[in-house]
Amino acid sequence: MALDAPAKGPVTRVELLVPDLRCAGCMRRVEGLLAEQPGIVSARVNLSEKRVRADLAPAFGDARALIAVLEEAGYAARLPDAETGALSAQRAEGRDLVRRIGVAGFAAMNVMLLSVSVWSGAEGATRDLLHWISALIALPTVAYSGRPFFASAISALRGRRLNMDVPISFAILLSFVGSILETARSGEHAYFDAALMLLFFLLIGRWLETNSRAEARSAAAELARLMPHETTVLVEGTRQTLAIERLGAGMTVLLAPGDRVPADGVVAEGLSEIDRALLTGESRPEPASPGTVLHAGTLNLSGPLTMTVRATGKETVLADIARVVEAASQGRSRWDGWADRAARVYAPGVHLIALLAFIGWWSVGAGWAGSLQIACAVLIITCPCALALAVPTVHSVATAQLLRSGIYLKDGSELERLASVDTVALDKTGTLTDGRMRLVGGPAKDDPAWGVARALAEASRHPAARAVAEAAVHAPPADVRDLRETPGIGVEGRLEGATVRLGRGEGNEGTVLEPSPGRRIVLGFEEHLRPDAAETVAALHRLGLNTAVLTGDRAAAAETVAKHCGIETVHAALLPGEKLAYLENRKAEGQHVLMVGDGLNDGPALAGAHASMSPAEAADASRVAAGLVWSGRGLGAVATALRVARAARARAWESFAFAALYNAVAIPLAVGGQVTPLIAALAMSGSSVVVVANALRLRFVK
Amino acid sequence: MTVLSFLIPVSLALGGLWLGAFLWSLRSEQYRDLEGDQHRTLFGEHDDSPPS
Repeated sequence: MALDAPAKGPVTRVELLVPDLRCAGCMRRVEGLLAEQPGIVSARVNLSEKRVRADLAPAFGDARALIAVLEEAGYAARLPDAETGALSAQRAEGRDLVRRIGVAGFAAMNVMLLSVSVWSGAEGATRDLLHWISALIALPTVAYSGRPFFASAISALRGRRLNMDVPISFAILLSFVGSILETARSGEHAYFDAALMLLFFLLIGRWLETNSRAEARSAAAELARLMPHETTVLVEGTRQTLAIERLGAGMTVLLAPGDRVPADGVVAEGLSEIDRALLTGESRPEPASPGTVLHAGTLNLSGPLTMTVRATGKETVLADIARVVEAASQGRSRWDGWADRAARVYAPGVHLIALLAFIGWWSVGAGWAGSLQIACAVLIITCPCALALAVPTVHSVATAQLLRSGIYLKDGSELERLASVDTVALDKTGTLTDGRMRLVGGPAKDDPAWGVARALAEASRHPAARAVAEAAVHAPPADVRDLRETPGIGVEGRLEGATVRLGRGEGNEGTVLEPSPGRRIVLGFEEHLRPDAAETVAALHRLGLNTAVLTGDRAAAAETVAKHCGIETVHAALLPGEKLAYLENRKAEGQHVLMVGDGLNDGPALAGAHASMSPAEAADASRVAAGLVWSGRGLGAVATALRVARAARARAWESFAFAALYNAVAIPLAVGGQVTPLIAALAMSGSSVVVVANALRLRFVK
Repeated sequence: MTVLSFLIPVSLALGGLWLGAFLWSLRSEQYRDLEGDQHRTLFGEHDDSPPS
């Protein structure tokens, strides 16, 4: 805190998004840096939300000044946009639910204490007093804590649908009203405790659900985030920094090595290589020279380029992909979860039975209050507490179990889709392989050429050079001087007066090493498979799944990799839209495909597939489009996720079956008027415990 | 049964106290940055300013 700069005038509060805040170290660094700035009254980092909140004195300036300070320290910052607003709204919803849970918990505990007195034998006026106090506690609680269910039920009914919240709301409301009527006529069958406990359990289930969904973000927004924010342009011979949004067709952009291309355009000057892997899946860098077409989002690798802009922003290929991703993920949101499917069968049945019980007892002369009380008992005892709790608990235990294996599940419904998968489609570059290259062959092990190769290769960041350096690590580097890298051509140096070289050969030779005058060694490369790729594919086959490779890369490269992994079906040279089309054809045939991919070119397929997974090092957009993201070097997470998902489905159906069995026993008792409030309370908590315990069995799935 | 007239308000008050404390901790945003706070406990400095 800058104590020497007392705030004059009003302090402005600014909240910025700083996506690079990843660890405790960043948090300390940023807070320390901002504390030193005169004019910042206070600043605090929120690591979970990756935000910085600061109070700025007027002398300091506005948000832009703060962004500049952070950017100088190497942290890109920006004002929250609409998408992050949606995320905050979801977090706020979670907090709101916690508040409602707190209130429901308080009320349920107190009413339960009062009910214990009733069950222990309170009678007459004492019992009525206890009931009235319970009603007094329950009334505001039901109104406040029950709101999320009522709101959801009303909107479902308006749309002429039934969801789980309809029977829930109905049971809570009717049991509450019924209990008030019962209390008013000094009866003993008041269900205040059961209604509140129901609310408490159900809210916990709802909160578990919201929590696991809060991390899912909008794919389209993340895709935009991949774009660089500023670029250097050449205007009448002088360099200027320009925000991407202000870039227009016809402008000249300068690209340094390592820059992402900000817009679609054509190379005007310079030689370099372009990494298009994120866009196309192509594993080899492509040479770029004047006339080469560049797409936004690709990476300039080795040399400076000058580019003439042709299309910007929404007209680029990247933006096209973003639109397809968005469209594809919309089709996917129409998915009914297990719970809703169960509710469609369950809710009408239960309501019908309650209604019949009411009519039946009324017609045999039990009086409308007595009949209503029995109908209440039916609803309370059959209220899908176990059903409504089954799915959220299974989801949250499975989510935790996946997290332990380094798999992040974004949405519970993703788990449900994953369980029904019958085909796994895998991308090649970055998914089956880990994006690196591996040298095959080369000179004999004790050849002095290795030393030269290592010295040359270590001077370059080119993927092929890195593969050579890795293969040559056993040899001490030779004393090569005057190392010089020519973009797109290779590395050159002088060894004892002679020129040595590692780089592109003539014609179709690929990469060559020239360790001494007159000697040429042609080097072959293959892609580096993930360590357990073949093992995982075998595991998938054992689970009874079909596998296929979907790649944008050449057929030859794809087939080599597929053969190593044991996959027979290969679809190569696919454009992003064709991957999506492939998946849609499979869907039309009734198959459920899990798409596993990492590139931007997989984005539409990931968003459109029945289920999808991405490695953590994937392009931001793919990570966001995918339903699950895993970290770690292996591919084994795919098989683990499928096993957990199938176990989760089994647990959920077991819980449903248990609830059905329990109802088969309880409904006749309730209809017969044999269920007392004590039995109802015991039965309800008992069934909830069984359901939760059953979900916890998921922890043993490996 | 007269003991009830004493015990019921006491139990309600205790429960209310708990509820008040819980709502206060929520409102003062003590659960807002659990990830950051778990690291902050390990920092050397005293930190008495939860996000306001």
